[in-house]
Amino acid sequence: MPIGVYQLDDGAWISVNDSREVNVSELWLLARHDFCDCDTADFLAEGFVEVGVDHPDIQTRVAGRCIQCDTEGVTGWLTVGRVVGPGSGEFYGVDHASVHVPDARTRLAKPT
Amino acid sequence: MPSKVENWKDELYGNEIRDQLFEFAREGWDAIPEDEHDAWFERFKWWGLYHQRKGQESYFMMRIGTPNGVLEPGQLEVVGEIAKKYATGPVDNPEFGDAYCDWTTRQSIQLHWIKLEDVPEIFETLEANGLSTQQACGDSWRNIVGCPVAGKDTHEHIDAWPIAEDLHETFKGNDDYANLPRKWKVSVTGCDEGCGQGDINDLAFEPAEKDGELGFNVRVGGGLSRKEPRFARDIDVWVPPEQAADVAHGMSALFREYGDREDRFNARIKFLVDEWGTEKIRGVLQEEFVDFELPAAGDDMREEYTYNAGDGQHGDHVGVHEQPDGNYYVGLDVLVGRMGADDALELAGLADDYGSGEVRLTQRQNVIVTDVDADRLDAFLDEPLLEAYSPDPHPFMRGSIACTGTEFCSLSIVETKNRQVRYARWLKDNVPVPDGVEDFHIHLSGCTASCAQPQIADISLRGMKTRKDGEPVEALDVGLGGGLGENPHFADWIEMRVPADEVPGYIENLLAAFETEREDGESFREFVAARDEGQLQALADPEETDYEDPYMHNTKTTWYPYATEDDMDASPAPTNGAGEPIPSDD
Repeated sequence: MPIGVYQLDDGAWISVNDSREVNVSELWLLARHDFCDCDTADFLAEGFVEVGVDHPDIQTRVAGRCIQCDTEGVTGWLTVGRVVGPGSGEFYGVDHASVHVPDARTRLAKPT
Repeated sequence: MPSKVENWKDELYGNEIRDQLFEFAREGWDAIPEDEHDAWFERFKWWGLYHQRKGQESYFMMRIGTPNGVLEPGQLEVVGEIAKKYATGPVDNPEFGDAYCDWTTRQSIQLHWIKLEDVPEIFETLEANGLSTQQACGDSWRNIVGCPVAGKDTHEHIDAWPIAEDLHETFKGNDDYANLPRKWKVSVTGCDEGCGQGDINDLAFEPAEKDGELGFNVRVGGGLSRKEPRFARDIDVWVPPEQAADVAHGMSALFREYGDREDRFNARIKFLVDEWGTEKIRGVLQEEFVDFELPAAGDDMREEYTYNAGDGQHGDHVGVHEQPDGNYYVGLDVLVGRMGADDALELAGLADDYGSGEVRLTQRQNVIVTDVDADRLDAFLDEPLLEAYSPDPHPFMRGSIACTGTEFCSLSIVETKNRQVRYARWLKDNVPVPDGVEDFHIHLSGCTASCAQPQIADISLRGMKTRKDGEPVEALDVGLGGGLGENPHFADWIEMRVPADEVPGYIENLLAAFETEREDGESFREFVAARDEGQLQALADPEETDYEDPYMHNTKTTWYPYATEDDMDASPAPTNGAGEPIPSDD
């Protein structure tokens, strides 16, 4: 089934299938990213800039800032949840307190 | 491709929303289809209703637009009674009790915890008394702001109140201007103090003289939101008072036709002015939207501006001021703009007893009682209510402004009003006021929407997060040296992500450094302007003190930050018209 995804309230919310699901103002840990020079960016989400669907993932690019180094900007595409269940289209958000990888599908882990 | 919001607006917007709003109110909260919540909440804004944030479903903020902040005799009593009867939530606010009114930075009124079911009755009461919520929010002409004592001011060159009234009457409910690409904020001022804050509005009329005639110079494209602050720009147009409405028609029609409806982030006219430049704005206005020759700008009065001009003068209307007719107006300080409903009702009674009954709201979240008879002035000043709302407040109380914050707002990152109350009290009790400083602005905004206008404060505070001992805590970015006046300046952001409980200590250290290092007579704004970023950062460090902040945790994740049980799961919302929880379908 088609998934309706859009921003609301000046980018403060992501709405999925007409339900407000993801809000700004949380801290997200970003790994394998090129947002700033920190190994793991501690990123404050201040506004959702773009939203999209890479079925079943709901993705967004977010404006905000790394609170470790103060770099400001817009992230690559981050998965904020997924819509699962044929027909039901129920949204399951990711745990924002865990570690996230922007553009995860094109960014492979490297051996350290 | 038009944005989602534009599609909703195309389907239904403006005056027509009211019928469906009333139908939902009659049937109850559950009548709004769940998959249409966002569309209807976006539309309800046009009628002044903002759905409150997550955890407070079914409750609304209601904004009442009072042009130029003028509450005519009897209207404050109506607002106070509505607040007392309808604006009570499930849990009291520890600083402000169970029902209160917020006076806003755009001379409007906000009430919270309004239930959908009560809206028709409230509208009926408001409208029977000459008040309205129409276009108080949404993509259209917003409340018109200006000098709050227009018509009663010795600094006045033109009485701008009839013009503001005319614009209000012309553009409220006017279908031709009901659906603009984004909000449209207008300021009209006839005094030489600059208190209309035209520089931060989409369209500003500022007093100017041309060929011996008084009128207005026109500025376009000011605004503070989204880390993209702009001062309104001079488009080299002067207009006589009788043609101000024609230019206002033209400019808002230009915005309607050429504003960006595909990207809401780029929709405000400030971005169109960026893109086109002022010459093209003027040219298109002349060619397509007005049918008379636009005169070039006249001689403005900006060099006389004292309001928030950084020179130590107040210009904020607090205190006792003589009117041209020999009566007095008395400006009262309302800390963070919030007044209990009982206090509002008492103030309405005092305004009736001592003045004409009129009360006015300022852009500094304060109130003014006008037309106080000279013979009764002292008796009015002795009224006990004026101990809480002082005409001669301490500078840190006088200068404090705060937005709504996470108490109710989806956008905010941090708690604001109660925190700013605590900051102001702590600073008053603990920090010496630098010599000669009477006017000191500290504005706290919960996010980049900038509703508390942080960029034009001496000390600008903006909501942030940081980690303290590894845990996420509420924090603030700190900017310095902003203000208006002849040459307005946005604050420079100097200390980033300061844990909220270390901000009072930072301000204490900063003001001590200012007192030590300033030159004789140097104002705080001059002091900041004379230093580069590195020098300013070296002045002071954040520090824990005996200030205690009960809101360090993530208040956004609570259903209400001051509830004893504040987990989302403990929320009683949504509720029905009686305030009883509606059982979930799950």
